[in-house]
Amino acid sequence: MKRSMLVAAMAATALLGGCAGVGSKSGDSGGGATPGAAPTGALKIMGFGGEDEVGQARIAAFKAAYPSVTVTNNKGDFDAQQFLTALASGNPPDLVYMDRNLIGTYAKKGAIVPLEDCISNQQVDTSQYREAAMKSVTLGGKVYGIPEFYVVTTNLIDTTSLQQAGVQVSDIQTRDWNALKATSAKLFQKNGNKLQRIGYDPKLPEYFPLWATANGATIIKEDGAPNLNDPKAVEALAYAVGLIDDQGGWTSFKSFRDSFDIFGEKNPLSAGSVAAFPMENWYVNVLRDFIGKGLKLDSTQFTDHDGKPVSMVGGSAWAIPKGSKNATAACAWAKTMTTKETWLKAADAREAKVKKDNSFFTGLFTANKAADEEIRAKYVTNVPDPGFKRAIDNYYATLDSAVALNPSPAGAEIDAAWRSAVTRALGGQPAQQALDQAQKEAEAAFTKANGNG
Amino acid sequence: MASRGLLQRREARSAYLFIAPWIIGFVVFTAGPMVASLWLSFTDYSLVDPAHSVGTANYQQLLDDPRVAKSLANTFVYAALFVPLGTVVALALAMLLQKVGRASGFFRTVFYLPVMTPAVAAGAMFLLLLNGQRGLVNQVLGWFGINGPDWTTDPAWLKPSLAVVSLWTVGGSIIIYLAALNNVPRQLYEAALLDGAGPVRRFVSVTLPMISGALFFTIITHTIAAMQMFDQAYTMFYGPQQKATASDESLVYMVYLFQNAFEFFKMGFASAMAWLLFVIILVITVIQVRVGNRFVYYEGGSTR
Repeated sequence: MKRSMLVAAMAATALLGGCAGVGSKSGDSGGGATPGAAPTGALKIMGFGGEDEVGQARIAAFKAAYPSVTVTNNKGDFDAQQFLTALASGNPPDLVYMDRNLIGTYAKKGAIVPLEDCISNQQVDTSQYREAAMKSVTLGGKVYGIPEFYVVTTNLIDTTSLQQAGVQVSDIQTRDWNALKATSAKLFQKNGNKLQRIGYDPKLPEYFPLWATANGATIIKEDGAPNLNDPKAVEALAYAVGLIDDQGGWTSFKSFRDSFDIFGEKNPLSAGSVAAFPMENWYVNVLRDFIGKGLKLDSTQFTDHDGKPVSMVGGSAWAIPKGSKNATAACAWAKTMTTKETWLKAADAREAKVKKDNSFFTGLFTANKAADEEIRAKYVTNVPDPGFKRAIDNYYATLDSAVALNPSPAGAEIDAAWRSAVTRALGGQPAQQALDQAQKEAEAAFTKANGNG
Repeated sequence: MASRGLLQRREARSAYLFIAPWIIGFVVFTAGPMVASLWLSFTDYSLVDPAHSVGTANYQQLLDDPRVAKSLANTFVYAALFVPLGTVVALALAMLLQKVGRASGFFRTVFYLPVMTPAVAAGAMFLLLLNGQRGLVNQVLGWFGINGPDWTTDPAWLKPSLAVVSLWTVGGSIIIYLAALNNVPRQLYEAALLDGAGPVRRFVSVTLPMISGALFFTIITHTIAAMQMFDQAYTMFYGPQQKATASDESLVYMVYLFQNAFEFFKMGFASAMAWLLFVIILVITVIQVRVGNRFVYYEGGSTR
């Protein structure tokens, strides 16, 4: 009985609070921020870890700029249940840090408020943020979030494995899919039914949007409508699933991947468990610790069929919840954390850390274009390892062309629909059938989300 | 006479005082929320906006949403695997414990310890142990020439894995069975021995009937717990690392309920789901009690 009681209890708490707290607060919906008022008082933040030097330096920058604001940050990643129950009980945080791809859904539900007042009263210069990042926090012409990091993808390669298999670095390419399939097969190794090395990991299900985009599909249209069974998307899914089928099939492949120690000395590239995969930029900062321990990294761009670099953009954003009691300070925080000056302070801190580690700066990728460029020019000057240098250069090369999925009021449902379609396809369902069903589910959710208001 | 009445009243008052903490807890944390969730189940409550009545639409949707049926079926399969398996394993361990004599205190503690570990931690640990490619379980099976399955990724093995992981927490039942086994009067075994009954016969004709009360109790509580399986399923297949790849075969009812409540903003629908589960469990328990009464031996009860 315990579980349903618990849910019932949560529901009731939510309900009781809901009437008192949230309902009455809608007047304060402009992202708060009284004109001219200096930020002061308590600021409660949710969803932000910020424990590394890049986070700490920026927190320090805010505290130095606004000493009269008392910041409480209960660390830890964004937790939907924690946030929504706090919101429903009339006790929401003043500011929340969440993945940008959640912004559409939370905005549509009214859980977070538009930031017009914040932007105009505190003169937040939104032109400093990259367009793709701004797009993913904008719904129906209104901005709901201030974008933070900028997560992009490129191919990372373990050259030791390549040499063993007699494969050239330039063979790791996504221009010619048939050739990649052959390369992957050449790199793949198994012993009986035990996998020993994945040749090329297409990173399904999470990178399905990347494959679809590289193949020319737009899986969420400009207006937020799902377009999951676009023939180009179907083709991309069938191809990527095929790569996995060639390498032991999904269940073995996934088990093998689950056993990786991503952050340790035996990470898949060092251990030779994966020869190559598309990977996000933060990972080179993890990998730099293992250069002295035998890792020989290289990198190629993940491109479309014409050789143009393709990357999806990920990252988080600051948003102000409905009922925030200190939207002024929240807005000041979001602004301060993302300005060029603050990012430069963070880069200083990272540089100090890197010096201490006797290592090198692997780049800082933010939604602030000017900050990125200045940091690159100032710190990313001396990358002693040529493979790492290529990887870092490749990440920088994707920044201007990287795209985010279009935000949608049914973002969460569309996301769930394609993810479960990809999982079904990996389990053996034809890609067409899987995506047809996903499209049907997503369309229903989209129609409903639009109909509601 | 009068003083006896006074005493009784006083005793009654103390009794109420003693149970008051529980009553208050029950009303505030159980009964109240249940009533509230019943009301919510007839609304479109999203956790963000005030609730509006939608009549029986949520209950209608229970029928229309194929994932409700799917998750319910998954839960039934899991329960059908776990309840018999859990009962047999717990009983076997309890019988072993009974044999170890002096050291039994130590082993009792050891067997109960897993109950104290958080289910989330156990789930994460089993994810490593059961890994089809490099997990310890398959490694050990390999020594015997058995090619272990991909426990955590093969859709056909997800529910059996979940049942195996749940065995981790049968410590409570072991203690109950051990107490029941120790309560079986020795003279019954002696009489059976004199009649020439072998170990199997003694187990079937003496032990089982005498501990049937304990068995019955644990089967009911195991069934209820199985229907509400959440922690392990969520950690193993829907945690931050797994979320994206979860197969529909691992979608148990409570996980889907949770997703509706906190991922899809459908608290009203989730409440309707909770009530459906409540009714299902109620029906199953009533059937179990009806059937059970035919087989269970109650000491001091009317002769059967």
